Amino acid sequence: MKPERVPGRYIREEDLRRLPGVIEYTPTARYSYSAGQALSEFLRGLKDGRILGKLCPSCRRVLVPPRVYCEFCFTPTTEWVEVTGAGRVETAVISYIGVARERLEKPEIIGVIRLDAPGHAENSFDFAGLFHKLCGVTEDDVKSGRVIGMRVKPRWKPVHERVGSILDIECFEPLQPREVV
Amino acid sequence: MKSNIFVKDKVAIVGAGLTLFRRRLLETPRDLAWEASREALSSAGLTLKDIDCIVVGSAPDAFDGIHMKGEYLADGSGGFNKPVVRVFVGGGTGVMVPAVAWWHVASGLCKTVLAVGEEKMSHAYPHPQGVFAYIWDPILERPLGPNLIWIFALEMRRYMHVCNASKEDIALVSVKNKRNALDHPAAQAAAKITVDDVLKSEVLVWPVQLLDISPVSDGAAALVLASESVARRVTDTPVWVEGIGFTLDNTHWYNRDLAYPRYLEYAARMAYKMAGIERPWREIDVAEPYDPFDYKELHHIEGLMLARRCEAPKLLKEGYFDRSGELPTSPGGGLLGVGNPIAAAGVMKVAELFWQLRYEAGARQVKKPVHKAVANAWGDLMQAGTVVVLST
Repeated sequence: MKPERVPGRYIREEDLRRLPGVIEYTPTARYSYSAGQALSEFLRGLKDGRILGKLCPSCRRVLVPPRVYCEFCFTPTTEWVEVTGAGRVETAVISYIGVARERLEKPEIIGVIRLDAPGHAENSFDFAGLFHKLCGVTEDDVKSGRVIGMRVKPRWKPVHERVGSILDIECFEPLQPREVV
Repeated sequence: MKSNIFVKDKVAIVGAGLTLFRRRLLETPRDLAWEASREALSSAGLTLKDIDCIVVGSAPDAFDGIHMKGEYLADGSGGFNKPVVRVFVGGGTGVMVPAVAWWHVASGLCKTVLAVGEEKMSHAYPHPQGVFAYIWDPILERPLGPNLIWIFALEMRRYMHVCNASKEDIALVSVKNKRNALDHPAAQAAAKITVDDVLKSEVLVWPVQLLDISPVSDGAAALVLASESVARRVTDTPVWVEGIGFTLDNTHWYNRDLAYPRYLEYAARMAYKMAGIERPWREIDVAEPYDPFDYKELHHIEGLMLARRCEAPKLLKEGYFDRSGELPTSPGGGLLGVGNPIAAAGVMKVAELFWQLRYEAGARQVKKPVHKAVANAWGDLMQAGTVVVLST
Protein backbone atom coordinates (compact mmCIF):
# COMPACT_ATOMS: atom_id res chain seq x y z
CA MET A 1 0.00 0.00 0.00
CA LYS A 2 1.32 3.43 -0.92
CA PRO A 3 2.74 5.48 0.67
CA GLU A 4 5.00 2.80 2.10
CA ARG A 5 7.03 5.07 4.34
CA VAL A 6 5.87 8.28 6.01
CA PRO A 7 8.77 9.97 7.78
CA GLY A 8 8.27 12.42 10.61
CA ARG A 9 8.30 12.37 14.40
CA TYR A 10 5.33 13.61 16.38
CA ILE A 11 6.10 15.58 19.53
CA ARG A 12 3.79 16.96 22.18
CA GLU A 13 3.98 20.55 23.33
CA GLU A 14 5.75 19.46 26.56
CA ASP A 15 8.34 17.59 24.49
CA LEU A 16 8.93 20.72 22.45
CA ARG A 17 9.58 22.76 25.58
CA ARG A 18 12.22 20.25 26.70
CA LEU A 19 14.18 20.41 23.45
CA PRO A 20 17.40 22.40 23.46
CA GLY A 21 17.42 25.53 21.35
CA VAL A 22 13.69 26.28 21.24
CA ILE A 23 13.34 29.95 20.37
CA GLU A 24 10.31 31.98 21.32
CA TYR A 25 9.71 35.13 19.36
CA THR A 26 6.96 37.72 19.13
CA PRO A 27 7.20 39.89 16.05
CA THR A 28 6.66 43.58 16.63
CA ALA A 29 5.40 45.08 13.43
CA ARG A 30 3.35 48.27 13.29
CA TYR A 31 1.37 49.53 10.33
CA SER A 32 -0.72 52.54 9.47
CA TYR A 33 -3.10 51.75 6.65
CA SER A 34 -4.56 54.42 4.40
CA ALA A 35 -8.18 53.71 3.58
CA GLY A 36 -7.83 55.12 0.07
CA GLN A 37 -10.03 57.61 -1.72
CA ALA A 38 -13.26 55.67 -1.82
CA LEU A 39 -13.20 54.15 1.65
CA SER A 40 -12.10 57.43 3.28
CA GLU A 41 -15.23 59.09 1.93
CA PHE A 42 -17.30 56.07 2.98
CA LEU A 43 -15.94 56.29 6.53
CA ARG A 44 -16.61 60.06 6.63
CA GLY A 45 -20.16 59.21 5.63
CA LEU A 46 -20.47 56.71 8.48
CA LYS A 47 -19.46 59.48 10.88
CA ASP A 48 -22.45 61.47 9.61
CA GLY A 49 -24.71 58.45 9.91
CA ARG A 50 -24.88 57.84 6.17
CA ILE A 51 -23.95 54.79 4.10
CA LEU A 52 -22.45 55.83 0.80
CA GLY A 53 -21.92 53.82 -2.32
CA LYS A 54 -20.42 54.62 -5.68
CA LEU A 55 -22.20 54.36 -8.99
CA CYS A 56 -20.68 52.61 -11.97
CA PRO A 57 -21.71 54.67 -15.00
CA SER A 58 -21.43 51.62 -17.20
CA CYS A 59 -23.47 48.88 -15.46
CA ARG A 60 -25.41 51.35 -13.23
CA ARG A 61 -24.68 49.28 -10.14
CA VAL A 62 -24.14 51.12 -6.87
CA LEU A 63 -21.16 49.49 -5.18
CA VAL A 64 -21.18 49.24 -1.38
CA PRO A 65 -18.55 49.29 0.05
CA PRO A 66 -17.49 51.82 -2.56
CA ARG A 67 -14.45 51.42 -4.77
CA VAL A 68 -12.91 53.89 -7.19
CA TYR A 69 -13.35 51.36 -9.99
CA CYS A 70 -16.12 48.95 -10.89
CA GLU A 71 -14.52 45.53 -10.96
CA PHE A 72 -17.13 44.21 -13.39
CA CYS A 73 -16.74 46.92 -16.05
CA PHE A 74 -13.22 47.92 -15.06
CA THR A 75 -14.10 51.57 -15.44
CA PRO A 76 -13.90 54.42 -12.93
CA THR A 77 -16.94 54.86 -10.75
CA THR A 78 -18.45 58.36 -10.74
CA GLU A 79 -21.23 59.68 -8.51
CA TRP A 80 -21.66 59.08 -4.82
CA VAL A 81 -25.04 57.64 -3.95
CA GLU A 82 -26.45 57.37 -0.47
CA VAL A 83 -28.23 54.11 0.32
CA THR A 84 -30.72 53.79 3.16
CA GLY A 85 -28.73 51.13 4.98
CA ALA A 86 -31.73 48.87 5.08
CA GLY A 87 -31.33 45.40 3.68
CA ARG A 88 -31.89 41.70 4.13
CA VAL A 89 -29.78 39.27 6.12
CA GLU A 90 -28.07 37.00 3.63
CA THR A 91 -26.46 34.68 6.18
CA ALA A 92 -25.75 34.79 9.91
CA VAL A 93 -23.78 32.81 12.47
CA ILE A 94 -23.07 32.73 16.20
CA SER A 95 -19.45 33.05 17.29
CA TYR A 96 -18.43 31.50 20.60
CA ILE A 97 -14.73 32.22 20.06
CA GLY A 98 -12.58 35.34 19.67
CA VAL A 99 -9.74 36.33 17.38
CA ALA A 100 -7.22 33.90 18.86
CA ARG A 101 -9.75 31.09 19.39
CA GLU A 102 -10.35 32.03 23.06
CA ARG A 103 -13.87 31.29 24.33
CA LEU A 104 -16.08 34.37 24.50
CA GLU A 105 -18.15 35.02 27.58
CA LYS A 106 -21.02 36.28 25.52
CA PRO A 107 -21.44 34.85 22.02
CA GLU A 108 -21.68 37.30 19.13
CA ILE A 109 -23.99 37.12 16.14
CA ILE A 110 -22.44 38.11 12.84
CA GLY A 111 -24.00 38.35 9.44
CA VAL A 112 -23.78 39.44 5.85
CA ILE A 113 -26.36 42.07 4.92
CA ARG A 114 -27.56 42.43 1.34
CA LEU A 115 -28.27 46.17 1.16
CA ASP A 116 -31.02 47.83 -0.83
CA ALA A 117 -28.96 49.53 -3.53
CA PRO A 118 -29.87 50.57 -7.05
CA GLY A 119 -28.68 48.58 -10.04
CA HIS A 120 -28.65 45.09 -8.56
CA ALA A 121 -31.27 42.59 -9.67
CA GLU A 122 -33.25 40.85 -6.94
CA ASN A 123 -31.37 37.72 -5.79
CA SER A 124 -28.42 38.48 -8.07
CA PHE A 125 -25.21 36.55 -7.40
CA ASP A 126 -23.30 39.79 -6.80
CA PHE A 127 -24.80 42.47 -4.59
CA ALA A 128 -24.07 45.54 -2.48
CA GLY A 129 -23.51 44.43 1.06
CA LEU A 130 -21.73 44.69 4.35
CA PHE A 131 -20.46 42.25 6.89
CA HIS A 132 -21.29 43.26 10.45
CA LYS A 133 -22.64 42.26 13.81
CA LEU A 134 -26.34 41.66 14.29
CA CYS A 135 -28.26 42.66 17.38
CA GLY A 136 -31.82 42.18 18.48
CA VAL A 137 -31.83 38.64 17.11
CA THR A 138 -31.54 35.52 19.20
CA GLU A 139 -29.36 32.46 18.79
CA ASP A 140 -32.49 30.54 18.03
CA ASP A 141 -33.31 32.93 15.17
CA VAL A 142 -29.96 32.02 13.63
CA LYS A 143 -30.27 28.29 14.19
CA SER A 144 -33.84 28.04 12.97
CA GLY A 145 -33.05 30.15 9.93
CA ARG A 146 -35.65 32.81 10.82
CA VAL A 147 -32.95 35.44 10.62
CA ILE A 148 -32.14 34.76 6.97
CA GLY A 149 -34.04 37.15 4.75
CA MET A 150 -34.96 39.30 7.76
CA ARG A 151 -35.16 43.05 7.04
CA VAL A 152 -32.55 44.97 9.04
CA LYS A 153 -31.13 48.48 9.35
CA PRO A 154 -28.02 49.93 10.97
CA ARG A 155 -28.03 50.91 14.63
CA TRP A 156 -25.73 53.91 14.85
CA LYS A 157 -23.47 54.85 17.70
CA PRO A 158 -24.30 58.20 19.34
CA VAL A 159 -22.95 61.09 17.19
CA HIS A 160 -20.25 62.12 19.65
CA GLU A 161 -18.81 58.59 19.74
CA ARG A 162 -18.43 58.24 15.97
CA VAL A 163 -14.92 58.44 14.65
CA GLY A 164 -15.19 57.49 11.00
CA SER A 165 -14.88 53.72 11.36
CA ILE A 166 -16.92 50.70 10.38
CA LEU A 167 -17.64 50.47 14.12
CA ASP A 168 -19.66 53.74 13.93
CA ILE A 169 -22.37 51.28 13.03
CA GLU A 170 -22.90 49.41 16.27
CA CYS A 171 -24.69 46.57 14.55
CA PHE A 172 -27.58 45.84 12.24
CA GLU A 173 -30.94 45.34 13.93
CA PRO A 174 -34.33 44.12 12.72
CA LEU A 175 -36.78 46.67 11.34
CA GLN A 176 -39.86 47.18 13.48
CA PRO A 177 -43.08 45.75 12.04
CA ARG A 178 -44.36 48.12 9.34
CA GLU A 179 -41.27 50.31 9.73
CA VAL A 180 -40.24 51.86 6.42
CA VAL A 181 -36.67 52.99 5.83
CA MET B 1 -13.53 17.08 -27.32
CA LYS B 2 -10.22 18.43 -26.12
CA SER B 3 -9.64 22.11 -26.59
CA ASN B 4 -6.98 23.06 -29.03
CA ILE B 5 -4.26 24.34 -26.75
CA PHE B 6 -0.68 24.07 -27.76
CA VAL B 7 1.23 21.71 -25.53
CA LYS B 8 4.78 20.80 -26.34
CA ASP B 9 4.97 17.79 -24.06
CA LYS B 10 2.36 15.58 -22.43
CA VAL B 11 2.86 15.60 -18.66
CA ALA B 12 2.67 12.68 -16.24
CA ILE B 13 3.03 12.25 -12.51
CA VAL B 14 5.56 9.49 -11.92
CA GLY B 15 6.18 9.63 -8.18
CA ALA B 16 4.68 10.83 -4.92
CA GLY B 17 5.75 11.05 -1.29
CA LEU B 18 4.41 12.22 2.03
CA THR B 19 5.57 12.84 5.57
CA LEU B 20 3.39 12.14 8.55
CA PHE B 21 0.71 14.76 9.11
CA ARG B 22 0.65 15.69 12.81
CA ARG B 23 -0.26 18.57 15.11
CA ARG B 24 3.43 19.09 15.86
CA LEU B 25 6.43 17.47 14.25
CA LEU B 26 10.00 17.56 15.44
CA GLU B 27 11.33 18.24 11.94
CA THR B 28 11.92 21.77 10.68
CA PRO B 29 10.03 22.99 7.60
CA ARG B 30 13.09 22.28 5.46
CA ASP B 31 13.47 18.80 6.91
CA LEU B 32 9.85 18.07 6.09
CA ALA B 33 10.23 19.32 2.52
CA TRP B 34 13.31 17.15 2.15
CA GLU B 35 11.67 14.03 3.60
CA ALA B 36 8.68 14.30 1.27
CA SER B 37 10.90 15.10 -1.72
CA ARG B 38 13.09 12.11 -1.00
CA GLU B 39 10.08 9.79 -0.82
CA ALA B 40 8.69 11.15 -4.08
CA LEU B 41 12.01 10.81 -5.89
CA SER B 42 12.66 7.30 -4.65
CA SER B 43 9.15 6.18 -5.57
CA ALA B 44 9.86 7.42 -9.10
CA GLY B 45 13.25 5.73 -9.11
CA LEU B 46 14.94 9.07 -9.71
CA THR B 47 17.46 11.23 -7.89
CA LEU B 48 17.78 14.98 -7.62
CA LYS B 49 20.27 14.90 -10.49
CA ASP B 50 17.42 13.83 -12.79
CA ILE B 51 15.29 16.86 -11.88
CA ASP B 52 15.36 19.97 -14.08
CA CYS B 53 13.12 22.40 -12.18
CA ILE B 54 11.56 22.84 -8.76
CA VAL B 55 8.13 24.14 -7.77
CA VAL B 56 7.62 24.83 -4.06
CA GLY B 57 4.24 25.66 -2.54
CA SER B 58 3.60 27.01 0.91
CA ALA B 59 0.76 29.06 2.35
CA PRO B 60 1.17 32.34 4.32
CA ASP B 61 4.69 33.00 5.58
CA ALA B 62 3.18 33.79 8.95
CA PHE B 63 2.54 30.10 9.74
CA ASP B 64 6.15 29.02 9.56
CA GLY B 65 7.00 32.48 10.90
CA ILE B 66 9.69 32.96 8.27
CA HIS B 67 9.44 35.53 5.51
CA MET B 68 10.28 34.44 1.98
CA LYS B 69 9.44 30.90 2.94
CA GLY B 70 9.91 29.77 -0.66
CA GLU B 71 13.58 30.68 -0.54
CA TYR B 72 13.90 29.22 2.93
CA LEU B 73 12.39 25.92 1.81
CA ALA B 74 14.23 25.80 -1.48
CA ASP B 75 17.25 23.73 -0.52
CA GLY B 76 15.12 21.19 1.36
CA SER B 77 13.15 20.85 -1.87
CA GLY B 78 16.25 20.33 -3.99
CA GLY B 79 16.02 23.88 -5.24
CA PHE B 80 19.51 25.22 -5.73
CA ASN B 81 21.38 25.78 -8.97
CA LYS B 82 18.10 25.08 -10.71
CA PRO B 83 15.06 27.12 -11.72
CA VAL B 84 12.87 27.38 -8.61
CA VAL B 85 9.49 29.02 -8.23
CA ARG B 86 7.35 29.39 -5.14
CA VAL B 87 3.59 29.22 -5.54
CA PHE B 88 1.07 30.77 -3.20
CA VAL B 89 -2.69 31.07 -3.55
CA GLY B 90 -3.69 30.53 0.06
CA GLY B 91 -5.38 27.19 0.67
CA GLY B 92 -5.53 26.71 -3.09
CA THR B 93 -1.74 26.38 -3.16
CA GLY B 94 -1.62 22.60 -2.83
CA VAL B 95 -3.34 21.91 -6.13
CA MET B 96 -1.75 24.95 -7.77
CA VAL B 97 1.66 23.33 -7.20
CA PRO B 98 1.09 20.44 -9.66
CA ALA B 99 -0.74 22.87 -11.99
CA VAL B 100 2.31 25.12 -12.16
CA ALA B 101 4.61 22.10 -12.44
CA TRP B 102 2.43 20.99 -15.36
CA TRP B 103 3.13 24.10 -17.41
CA HIS B 104 6.84 23.89 -16.63
CA VAL B 105 6.83 20.55 -18.44
CA ALA B 106 4.04 21.14 -20.97
CA SER B 107 5.84 24.22 -22.27
CA GLY B 108 8.95 22.19 -22.96
CA LEU B 109 10.95 24.27 -20.48
CA CYS B 110 11.70 21.35 -18.16
CA LYS B 111 11.60 17.59 -18.66
CA THR B 112 11.23 16.79 -14.98
CA VAL B 113 9.87 18.80 -12.06
CA LEU B 114 9.90 18.14 -8.35
CA ALA B 115 6.75 19.73 -6.92
CA VAL B 116 6.68 20.17 -3.13
CA GLY B 117 4.06 21.44 -0.70
CA GLU B 118 5.03 22.13 2.91
CA GLU B 119 3.38 23.69 5.94
CA LYS B 120 4.41 23.89 9.56
CA MET B 121 1.51 25.44 11.41
CA SER B 122 2.63 24.45 14.88
CA HIS B 123 5.18 27.25 15.05
CA ALA B 124 2.43 29.76 15.70
CA TYR B 125 1.24 29.36 19.25
CA PRO B 126 -0.80 28.98 21.34
CA HIS B 127 -2.87 28.59 18.20
CA PRO B 128 -2.26 29.49 14.54
CA GLN B 129 -5.76 30.98 14.48
CA GLY B 130 -4.22 34.26 15.72
CA VAL B 131 -2.08 34.46 12.59
CA PHE B 132 -5.16 34.35 10.41
CA ALA B 133 -6.13 37.79 11.74
CA TYR B 134 -3.85 39.40 9.16
CA ILE B 135 -5.83 37.95 6.29
CA TRP B 136 -8.70 40.38 6.86
CA ASP B 137 -9.13 43.78 5.26
CA PRO B 138 -7.62 46.23 7.76
CA ILE B 139 -10.21 48.99 7.23
CA LEU B 140 -13.60 47.31 7.05
CA GLU B 141 -13.10 43.85 8.53
CA ARG B 142 -10.38 43.74 11.16
CA PRO B 143 -12.07 46.31 13.47
CA LEU B 144 -14.91 43.81 13.97
CA GLY B 145 -12.47 41.37 15.59
CA PRO B 146 -13.14 38.54 13.18
CA ASN B 147 -12.05 34.97 13.61
CA LEU B 148 -11.30 33.16 10.36
CA ILE B 149 -13.95 30.58 11.09
CA TRP B 150 -16.58 33.32 10.81
CA ILE B 151 -16.50 33.39 7.04
CA PHE B 152 -16.67 29.64 6.70
CA ALA B 153 -19.54 29.51 9.12
CA LEU B 154 -21.29 32.28 7.16
CA GLU B 155 -20.78 30.32 3.98
CA MET B 156 -21.92 27.05 5.54
CA ARG B 157 -25.04 28.72 6.97
CA ARG B 158 -25.89 30.17 3.56
CA TYR B 159 -25.35 26.80 1.88
CA MET B 160 -27.56 25.09 4.49
CA HIS B 161 -30.28 27.66 3.91
CA VAL B 162 -30.27 27.63 0.12
CA CYS B 163 -29.89 23.86 -0.18
CA ASN B 164 -32.06 23.00 2.79
CA ALA B 165 -29.25 20.87 4.18
CA SER B 166 -29.18 20.01 7.88
CA LYS B 167 -26.21 19.86 10.23
CA GLU B 168 -26.70 16.08 10.28
CA ASP B 169 -26.47 15.87 6.48
CA ILE B 170 -23.22 17.79 6.49
CA ALA B 171 -21.68 15.94 9.46
CA LEU B 172 -21.78 12.76 7.37
CA VAL B 173 -18.84 14.11 5.35
CA SER B 174 -16.73 14.26 8.49
CA VAL B 175 -17.82 10.75 9.46
CA LYS B 176 -16.94 9.39 6.00
CA ASN B 177 -13.58 11.12 5.64
CA LYS B 178 -12.33 10.35 9.12
CA ARG B 179 -13.35 6.73 8.58
CA ASN B 180 -11.56 6.60 5.21
CA ALA B 181 -8.42 7.98 6.86
CA LEU B 182 -8.19 4.96 9.17
CA ASP B 183 -6.38 3.23 6.31
CA HIS B 184 -4.01 6.12 5.62
CA PRO B 185 -0.53 5.73 7.12
CA ALA B 186 0.07 9.50 7.40
CA ALA B 187 -3.30 10.33 8.94
CA GLN B 188 -3.62 12.63 11.91
CA ALA B 189 -7.37 12.75 12.50
CA ALA B 190 -8.57 9.31 11.46
CA ALA B 191 -11.41 8.13 13.67
CA LYS B 192 -14.52 6.07 13.80
CA ILE B 193 -17.09 8.66 14.73
CA THR B 194 -20.81 9.15 14.34
CA VAL B 195 -22.93 12.09 13.31
CA ASP B 196 -23.79 12.46 16.97
CA ASP B 197 -20.13 12.93 17.90
CA VAL B 198 -19.88 15.78 15.42
CA LEU B 199 -23.02 17.43 16.76
CA LYS B 200 -21.80 17.08 20.35
CA SER B 201 -18.31 18.47 19.68
CA GLU B 202 -17.33 21.96 20.82
CA VAL B 203 -19.33 24.66 19.06
CA LEU B 204 -16.88 27.21 17.67
CA VAL B 205 -18.93 29.43 15.40
CA TRP B 206 -22.35 27.93 14.91
CA PRO B 207 -22.94 26.06 12.58
CA VAL B 208 -19.25 25.11 12.64
CA GLN B 209 -18.23 22.69 15.41
CA LEU B 210 -14.87 21.18 16.22
CA LEU B 211 -15.41 17.96 14.27
CA ASP B 212 -16.66 19.90 11.25
CA ILE B 213 -13.11 21.22 10.77
CA SER B 214 -9.84 19.68 9.69
CA PRO B 215 -7.08 19.87 12.31
CA VAL B 216 -4.03 22.12 12.55
CA SER B 217 -1.13 20.20 11.06
CA ASP B 218 2.54 20.02 10.20
CA GLY B 219 3.54 18.07 7.13
CA ALA B 220 4.86 17.96 3.59
CA ALA B 221 4.00 16.21 0.35
CA ALA B 222 5.78 16.00 -2.98
CA LEU B 223 5.22 14.83 -6.55
CA VAL B 224 7.52 14.17 -9.46
CA LEU B 225 6.19 15.29 -12.84
CA ALA B 226 7.82 14.37 -16.11
CA SER B 227 7.43 14.77 -19.84
CA GLU B 228 6.03 11.85 -21.82
CA SER B 229 9.42 10.63 -23.03
CA VAL B 230 10.83 10.54 -19.50
CA ALA B 231 7.63 9.14 -18.01
CA ARG B 232 7.52 6.23 -20.48
CA ARG B 233 11.10 5.42 -19.59
CA VAL B 234 10.76 5.46 -15.81
CA THR B 235 7.37 3.82 -15.31
CA ASP B 236 4.83 1.54 -16.94
CA THR B 237 1.99 3.31 -15.22
CA PRO B 238 2.30 7.07 -15.64
CA VAL B 239 -0.66 9.13 -14.44
CA TRP B 240 -1.32 11.86 -16.98
CA VAL B 241 -2.16 15.40 -16.00
CA GLU B 242 -4.93 16.00 -18.53
CA GLY B 243 -6.16 19.39 -17.44
CA ILE B 244 -5.50 22.21 -15.05
CA GLY B 245 -7.64 25.18 -14.08
CA PHE B 246 -7.44 28.08 -11.69
CA THR B 247 -9.65 31.07 -11.02
CA LEU B 248 -9.82 33.85 -8.49
CA ASP B 249 -13.10 35.45 -7.53
CA ASN B 250 -12.88 38.93 -5.98
CA THR B 251 -12.11 39.57 -2.32
CA HIS B 252 -15.41 41.37 -1.68
CA TRP B 253 -16.76 38.11 -0.34
CA TYR B 254 -19.72 39.79 1.35
CA ASN B 255 -20.79 41.11 -2.04
CA ARG B 256 -21.63 37.73 -3.51
CA ASP B 257 -23.82 34.72 -2.85
CA LEU B 258 -21.84 32.27 -0.75
CA ALA B 259 -24.12 29.31 -1.45
CA TYR B 260 -22.29 28.33 -4.63
CA PRO B 261 -18.53 28.29 -5.35
CA ARG B 262 -18.41 30.20 -8.63
CA TYR B 263 -14.61 30.38 -8.39
CA LEU B 264 -14.47 26.60 -8.60
CA GLU B 265 -16.91 26.12 -11.45
CA TYR B 266 -14.84 28.43 -13.65
CA ALA B 267 -11.59 26.68 -12.73
CA ALA B 268 -13.20 23.26 -13.27
CA ARG B 269 -14.58 24.23 -16.67
CA MET B 270 -11.10 25.32 -17.70
CA ALA B 271 -9.57 22.01 -16.58
CA TYR B 272 -12.34 19.83 -18.04
CA LYS B 273 -12.13 21.60 -21.36
CA MET B 274 -8.43 20.95 -21.52
CA ALA B 275 -9.00 17.31 -20.59
CA GLY B 276 -11.83 16.87 -23.08
CA ILE B 277 -14.33 16.09 -20.34
CA GLU B 278 -17.85 17.16 -21.22
CA ARG B 279 -19.91 15.38 -18.59
CA PRO B 280 -17.77 15.31 -15.45
CA TRP B 281 -20.57 13.73 -13.38
CA ARG B 282 -20.39 10.67 -15.69
CA GLU B 283 -16.74 10.68 -16.71
CA ILE B 284 -14.94 11.26 -13.41
CA ASP B 285 -14.40 8.00 -11.51
CA VAL B 286 -12.90 9.26 -8.27
CA ALA B 287 -12.46 12.74 -6.79
CA GLU B 288 -10.60 14.54 -4.05
CA PRO B 289 -12.69 17.67 -3.47
CA TYR B 290 -11.08 20.08 -1.01
CA ASP B 291 -12.54 19.43 2.44
CA PRO B 292 -11.03 21.67 5.15
CA PHE B 293 -14.62 21.81 6.47
CA ASP B 294 -17.22 19.10 5.97
CA TYR B 295 -19.70 21.35 4.12
CA LYS B 296 -16.85 22.39 1.83
CA GLU B 297 -16.63 18.91 0.31
CA LEU B 298 -20.31 19.10 -0.68
CA HIS B 299 -19.87 22.65 -1.90
CA HIS B 300 -16.92 21.59 -4.02
CA ILE B 301 -18.59 18.44 -5.36
CA GLU B 302 -21.22 20.81 -6.75
CA GLY B 303 -18.66 23.33 -7.99
CA LEU B 304 -16.79 20.53 -9.75
CA MET B 305 -20.13 19.66 -11.37
CA LEU B 306 -20.00 16.10 -10.04
CA ALA B 307 -23.52 16.65 -8.69
CA ARG B 308 -26.25 19.16 -9.41
CA ARG B 309 -26.51 22.20 -7.16
CA CYS B 310 -27.80 21.23 -3.73
CA GLU B 311 -27.86 17.56 -4.70
CA ALA B 312 -24.61 16.54 -2.96
CA PRO B 313 -26.07 16.11 0.58
CA LYS B 314 -28.72 13.73 -0.72
CA LEU B 315 -26.25 11.65 -2.73
CA LEU B 316 -23.90 11.52 0.26
CA LYS B 317 -26.65 10.04 2.40
CA GLU B 318 -27.21 7.33 -0.22
CA GLY B 319 -23.54 6.31 -0.04
CA TYR B 320 -22.82 7.60 -3.54
CA PHE B 321 -19.52 9.17 -2.39
CA ASP B 322 -18.35 6.22 -0.25
CA ARG B 323 -15.31 4.21 -1.24
CA SER B 324 -17.67 1.55 -2.53
CA GLY B 325 -19.99 4.12 -4.07
CA GLU B 326 -20.51 5.28 -7.62
CA LEU B 327 -18.27 8.32 -7.31
CA PRO B 328 -15.95 7.97 -4.32
CA THR B 329 -14.79 11.30 -2.90
CA SER B 330 -11.83 11.78 -0.55
CA PRO B 331 -11.18 8.01 -0.46
CA GLY B 332 -7.90 8.67 1.32
CA GLY B 333 -9.57 10.62 4.11
CA GLY B 334 -9.10 14.14 2.84
CA LEU B 335 -8.13 17.04 5.05
CA LEU B 336 -10.71 16.10 7.67
CA GLY B 337 -9.11 12.69 8.13
CA VAL B 338 -5.48 12.89 7.05
CA GLY B 339 -4.91 16.46 8.23
CA ASN B 340 -4.49 19.94 6.86
CA PRO B 341 -0.94 21.25 6.56
CA ILE B 342 -2.27 23.73 4.04
CA ALA B 343 -0.11 23.52 0.92
CA ALA B 344 0.89 19.94 1.69
CA ALA B 345 -2.76 18.94 2.04
CA GLY B 346 -3.60 19.85 -1.56
CA VAL B 347 -0.54 17.98 -2.84
CA MET B 348 -1.55 15.02 -0.66
CA LYS B 349 -4.95 14.98 -2.43
CA VAL B 350 -3.30 14.76 -5.83
CA ALA B 351 -0.91 12.10 -4.50
CA GLU B 352 -3.92 10.08 -3.31
CA LEU B 353 -5.46 10.18 -6.79
CA PHE B 354 -2.07 9.15 -8.23
CA TRP B 355 -2.12 6.05 -6.04
CA GLN B 356 -5.80 5.37 -6.72
CA LEU B 357 -5.31 5.54 -10.49
CA ARG B 358 -2.35 3.14 -10.23
CA TYR B 359 -4.35 0.77 -7.98
CA GLU B 360 -1.68 1.18 -5.30
CA ALA B 361 -3.85 2.54 -2.52
CA GLY B 362 -4.23 -0.84 -0.82
CA ALA B 363 -6.98 -0.78 1.79
CA ARG B 364 -7.97 2.70 0.58
CA GLN B 365 -8.46 1.58 -3.03
CA VAL B 366 -11.95 2.37 -4.26
CA LYS B 367 -14.09 -0.55 -5.36
CA LYS B 368 -14.87 0.58 -8.91
CA PRO B 369 -12.43 0.62 -11.80
CA VAL B 370 -10.84 4.05 -12.10
CA HIS B 371 -9.58 5.91 -15.11
CA LYS B 372 -10.21 9.62 -14.63
CA ALA B 373 -9.92 11.68 -11.47
CA VAL B 374 -10.19 15.27 -10.31
CA ALA B 375 -8.81 17.16 -7.31
CA ASN B 376 -9.40 20.73 -6.26
CA ALA B 377 -8.24 23.13 -3.61
CA TRP B 378 -9.59 26.45 -2.45
CA GLY B 379 -8.26 29.35 -0.53
CA ASP B 380 -7.51 33.00 0.05
CA LEU B 381 -10.58 34.92 1.25
CA MET B 382 -12.94 32.30 -0.15
CA GLN B 383 -12.07 33.03 -3.73
CA ALA B 384 -9.23 30.91 -5.12
CA GLY B 385 -10.13 27.76 -7.04
CA THR B 386 -7.48 25.37 -8.36
CA VAL B 387 -8.22 22.13 -10.21
CA VAL B 388 -6.21 19.25 -11.64
CA VAL B 389 -7.66 16.44 -13.80
CA LEU B 390 -5.72 13.18 -13.99
CA SER B 391 -6.12 10.04 -16.09
CA THR B 392 -4.37 6.79 -16.85
